[in-house]
Amino acid sequence: MQIFHNPNYNFIKWRWHALILSWIVIAAGIGVIATKGLALGVEFSGGTIVVLEFEQTPSIDHIRGALDAEKVGGGGQNVVVQRYGAEAANRVMVRLPHTGEEQGTGLTKTKDEVVKALTDAKLGKFKDVGTQVVGPVVGKELTQKGIWATVLSLAGLLIYIGFRFKLSFGVGAVVATFHDLLVTLAFLAFFQYDMSLNVIAALLTVTGYSTNDTIVIFDRVRENLRGMRRDNINDIVNASVNQTLGRTVITAGTVLMSVIALYLFGGEVLKGFAFTMIVGTITGTYSSVFIAAAIVTFWRGKGPARVPAAQAVENAKKKNGKKDRA
Amino acid sequence: MKNLRMRVLITLVVVLAAAWFFYPLYPYPFEGPKLKLGLDLKGGVHLVLRVQTDDALQLDTLTTMEQLRETSDAKGITGATFTPVNPTTFRVEGIPQGQDGAFREAANEAQTAFTRESGAGGSYTFTMKPNIVIQLREETVTQARTTIEKRVNELGVAEPIIAQYGSANDQIIVELPGLTEVARAKEIISSTAMLELKMVEDGPASTKDALLQTRGKALPSNMDIVPGASDSSTSGQRADTVFYLVKKVAVVTGRDLRNAKPTVDQNGRPAVSFTLNQDGARKFGKATGENIGRRLAIILDGRVQSAPVIEGRIDTDGQISGGSFTQQEVADLALVLRSGALPASLTYMEENTVGPTLGADSIRSGVIASLVGLVLIMLFMLVYYKLSGVNAVVALAFNLVILLGLMAYIGATMTLPGIAGFVLTMGIGVDSNVLIFERIKEELHAQRSVRQALDAGFSRVFLTLMDTHIASLISAAFLFQFGTGPIRGFAMTLSIGLVSNLFTSTFVSKTIFELVLSGRKVQTLSI
Repeated sequence: MQIFHNPNYNFIKWRWHALILSWIVIAAGIGVIATKGLALGVEFSGGTIVVLEFEQTPSIDHIRGALDAEKVGGGGQNVVVQRYGAEAANRVMVRLPHTGEEQGTGLTKTKDEVVKALTDAKLGKFKDVGTQVVGPVVGKELTQKGIWATVLSLAGLLIYIGFRFKLSFGVGAVVATFHDLLVTLAFLAFFQYDMSLNVIAALLTVTGYSTNDTIVIFDRVRENLRGMRRDNINDIVNASVNQTLGRTVITAGTVLMSVIALYLFGGEVLKGFAFTMIVGTITGTYSSVFIAAAIVTFWRGKGPARVPAAQAVENAKKKNGKKDRA
Repeated sequence: MKNLRMRVLITLVVVLAAAWFFYPLYPYPFEGPKLKLGLDLKGGVHLVLRVQTDDALQLDTLTTMEQLRETSDAKGITGATFTPVNPTTFRVEGIPQGQDGAFREAANEAQTAFTRESGAGGSYTFTMKPNIVIQLREETVTQARTTIEKRVNELGVAEPIIAQYGSANDQIIVELPGLTEVARAKEIISSTAMLELKMVEDGPASTKDALLQTRGKALPSNMDIVPGASDSSTSGQRADTVFYLVKKVAVVTGRDLRNAKPTVDQNGRPAVSFTLNQDGARKFGKATGENIGRRLAIILDGRVQSAPVIEGRIDTDGQISGGSFTQQEVADLALVLRSGALPASLTYMEENTVGPTLGADSIRSGVIASLVGLVLIMLFMLVYYKLSGVNAVVALAFNLVILLGLMAYIGATMTLPGIAGFVLTMGIGVDSNVLIFERIKEELHAQRSVRQALDAGFSRVFLTLMDTHIASLISAAFLFQFGTGPIRGFAMTLSIGLVSNLFTSTFVSKTIFELVLSGRKVQTLSI
């Protein structure tokens, strides 16, 4: 069985369209983040999450009303009340922002207020089965560490792929991966997923995984550079993408199967993780085909594959009439 | 043939060993899978505390300042004022010109840890040296950690985790699995438990001023005023705050304790009895022997608990009573006294409690997601690669067994994100098989024989697989660096899965092919 029979799509021809599409998505993502902001999970924003388990089916409206009446956590828009997990479990998650006292002995003050307000409102028997309280300092440190971990792993990939292939390949892979991160962030913003530790973990996994397809294609490009040395680099890259197209799609497909299973059945906590992985896997495949390969062609010019570097730059200048990209 | 037998043997040994590590059938009766579960799965509390290292610096600075004051007093330097500026700095002002030399001499001792800067009008600023600051901070955190360890161990929690953490390394993570009394645990961990026994010079009095009346309204430099509760047992009313004037230097402190345990006082109320060590007993015996008839204040965390009159020389045993302690409080106080005082106060920064039912639900949904993912992927591989798909399915099953076995063997912790890593390992794991199989197909298309195609498929893709796996391992390594508990569990699961996948997709899968093809003339391959 085979998905593609001798595919021969002209991916290089579509690279500009692909770039524009990517930019539109990323720009829209930036727009959403600029206006609405990224929804931050409690690990980053600080605050309190309480998971309550009721004996009878609880009413979200009543719970919200009881909390609002006591102005717990400032009340109003800032307080999130949601069903948590399966219907039958009768669980409700209450998320409250920082009230400025979540430090030291006051750490669980907000949680205690929630429990008290709901007990006083007599909404049926319940117990708190989970609490997460994060002070304000933690989030800041975590954001910094998350950004550093991402930057360093991108740098690590650049060095490794640059070392195993060529610098241009490394740049192609890293730019494609960075693109994947931006697109995934954009989708997280569109669907207003909370940036939690799990989502960051998924983003870093996307960083590693989305280079996999790229490496497979680059490997083929390198192999073809030996066999087809008189051909145009664009043709070689295009042929390589086509030759590996089947496996690129299948490998992404198997990963999608596992993360979709995780999304549907993995439970509440892993939803954000699974969503990030789904988007990351799809955009990772797309960027391997359209972005990473395209960057190698931009970088290495349009001349024959095996011309001295200096001349290739000259050629690129002449043909493109544009600034030296090398 | 011999080569093949070897390969089969290696495969079986690795897989069976892994299965055994994960699920040992001996010693009987076995307790089920041997995999460490994280707090998010088995329930428990995760706490992050910050050690207020400034406290320790402040104490050191104040002590040095006091010592300097005493030395200069002894040298007859008069009229100087000593003021603390911040946790690492204090100032001395108004040294008379003629005594400047004498003061500099007195300050020599302080200068091992402090730098001295002179200003106008006989003033000096003493600042703690940067290396001493760093050293002191480190010592403080380490000491706090060991104290917390002792206390948690006495709480009797199984498999606690206590680790230093944070960019400034001044945070301590405490993980207590399966604990339900969260509030009590927090109280015990963070109570400073600073015990001091000091001679009472005057008091109790109802106001601070009353104590100073006879002393010209100024607090003598070698004394302190400490608040405490009046003895409510005699008045029968709610305890009022009273004040004691005590000697600044303690007779004995918590450091001189050998043991502390709950007991009852002469009125039958809960109290804590303590025993001093040799050094403490010597000091205590001398002080009590010399001061019969005077009061001795028993001060806990800056509050006088009781101030009994010394009726005779006491050597080793004492009692803390007078506070209206409950049974539980007495037990906890004895516990924290045994484990020693914290060198600085602690602030809670984060708390994460997972109830056991929540954890059990997470495990259940994790298992369901794993099974669904597994079935989907296996079906796909069987449909798409036919009989070769069986090979991939066996390799995948081995991959997962080795992953679980390795995790159990090295004692890695399975967390909820770790389950995600496990599911992801399936999806990423078969990728290697897909790459190899597609290459084999390609070679077959190029009219190569089955054997040639297999060899070419495995050997050509091997380096590609190395590259993709190392790329993934690089990001997993940074993820491990970044995260704590649950996220580390994920990074760990993913990394081990990648390594075992490299083994199963290249070595095991090839072995299976060879086993099937050995001794046969095969014309076609079901792929």
